[in-house]
Amino acid sequence: MINKIASSIEQALAPIHDGATVMIGGFGGAGQPAELIDGLIAHGAKDLVIVNNNAGNAEIGLAALLKTGRVRKIICSFPRQADSYVFDELYRSGKIELELVPQGNLAERIRAAGAGIGGFFTPTGYGTELAKGKETREINGRHYVLEHPIHADFALIKAETGDRWGNLTYRKTARNFGPIMATAAKMTIASVHEIVELGSIDPETVVTPGIFVKHIVKVPRTATGPAGFKQEA
Amino acid sequence: MSETITTPVWTRDQIAARVAQDIPDGAVVNLGIGLPTKVANHLPSDREVILHSENGVIGMGPAPAKGEEDYDLINAGKQPVTLLPGGCFFHHADSFAMMRGGHLDVCVLGAFQVSAKGDLANWSTGAPDAIPAVGGAMDLAIGAKKTYVMMDLQTKTGESKLVEECTYPITGLSCVSRVYTEVAVIDLTPEGAKVIDIVDGLSFDELQKRTPVKLIDARG
Repeated sequence: MINKIASSIEQALAPIHDGATVMIGGFGGAGQPAELIDGLIAHGAKDLVIVNNNAGNAEIGLAALLKTGRVRKIICSFPRQADSYVFDELYRSGKIELELVPQGNLAERIRAAGAGIGGFFTPTGYGTELAKGKETREINGRHYVLEHPIHADFALIKAETGDRWGNLTYRKTARNFGPIMATAAKMTIASVHEIVELGSIDPETVVTPGIFVKHIVKVPRTATGPAGFKQEA
Repeated sequence: MSETITTPVWTRDQIAARVAQDIPDGAVVNLGIGLPTKVANHLPSDREVILHSENGVIGMGPAPAKGEEDYDLINAGKQPVTLLPGGCFFHHADSFAMMRGGHLDVCVLGAFQVSAKGDLANWSTGAPDAIPAVGGAMDLAIGAKKTYVMMDLQTKTGESKLVEECTYPITGLSCVSRVYTEVAVIDLTPEGAKVIDIVDGLSFDELQKRTPVKLIDARG
C-alpha cells in the first residue's frame, strides 16, 4: 500500500544531509512552510544551498534558518526586503553566497529541472548584468539568454490538502512556487492542513499530482502573517 | 529670504489617472510595485480591466477592509488584496509564462532611468554596498505587449531621468514605449521621443531644457 503520510516532521526530514540543495516554497510569508523550516533547523543539517524567492523575513521561518549559519548559499530573486535584516547582515559580512536570478527565470529554471529540460533560451535579462558571461542567441530576430535548470535534493513546500498518494491542493497565492518545486527535487515534503481519504479531492482540482511528492505531513492551521513590506504604524 | 519658483506639475494621482486613461477596456495589466499601483485607483468604472500580479493571481480586486486581510492572498508587493469574481490562482511558472509569452497587454513600472531608445533601468542603482534584488523586474520589462513607465522627469537634484544612455544597470533593452512624468507624457519611437502631452503652464521649450534627449513636439 502506498502511504506518503509521515508520522512527524522529524521523520519526514530525516534524510536531509549536510550540503544538500533544498528548495523552500513561499513568496514572502505566503506559502512558506514555517513548520518544515523549523524542523530543518531542529534537524541540524548544515552547508545547505537554499532556493527560495526571497531571503527571509524578520527572524522567523527562512530568516531563522539563515541565522543558524548553516546556509552556505542562497539562490533567489529578491533578498532585500523591509524586514530581511538577518540576510542583509550575513551578506554584508560575507557569510553567505548569493545567486541572484530574475524571478521568472528562477521559476522557469525550477520548472525545467522538473520537466527534464537541459536548458532554455529566455529573453529575460538579455543585455543586463545578470546575463554576463552567459551564452546568447538570436532567434527570429529576438535576443535570448541560455539558462540552466535548478535541481534540488529536497523541496519543502506548503500545501493545503493532501491524500496518502501525495496529491495536493493549495490555498490562494500561497501556491506560488510549490507546484514547480515539487517537480524539481529528488524528494519533496509537503506540509498540509488537512489529510483526506483517497478520492476525496476532486481529480479535476488536484494541483500537484502525487507522483511529485514523497511525504506529506499534517500541521495545525495558523493564519499566515504579514511579511516582506513596510507596515504602516 | 529665498525666492521660491513654483513650476506646474501633475500630482502623482493625476499621473496615475493619465495612465489609467490609456488602458483600454478588456486589457490585462500588471502594475509594478510602488507608484504604478496607484493606477488601479483611477481605472474608469465603465472599463473592465483585469489586474495580474506575478506571484500568481489574475483578477485582483482592491485592498481588503481592515481586519479582513488574508496573507495567503497577496500581491507582488506582499500586501493583502482581494479576488474579483472570475479571478484565479496559478503557480509561478505559469504566471511568468503569461508575462514572457506576451499575454499581458500592459505593464506599468517605475524607473531610475529610461533611455531615448526605450532601455529601462529600474532594478539597481549599482551602488557597491547595496544588496542586489531584482524580483520580477526583468521579466516584467520585456514581457508585456506595452511597457509604460511612471517616473519624475528629473531627480531631486535636477538631473534628467530620461537620458541618451542609461548609466544605472539595465533592466531591459528597448522595452519602454511610453513614459508618464510629472510634466509630460512622452512616446519613445524609432523616430525619436515624441511629446504627446505637457502639463498646463509649461512650454515645449521649457520642457526641452529639462532633458538632454531631443524631444519632438507631437501634441495633436
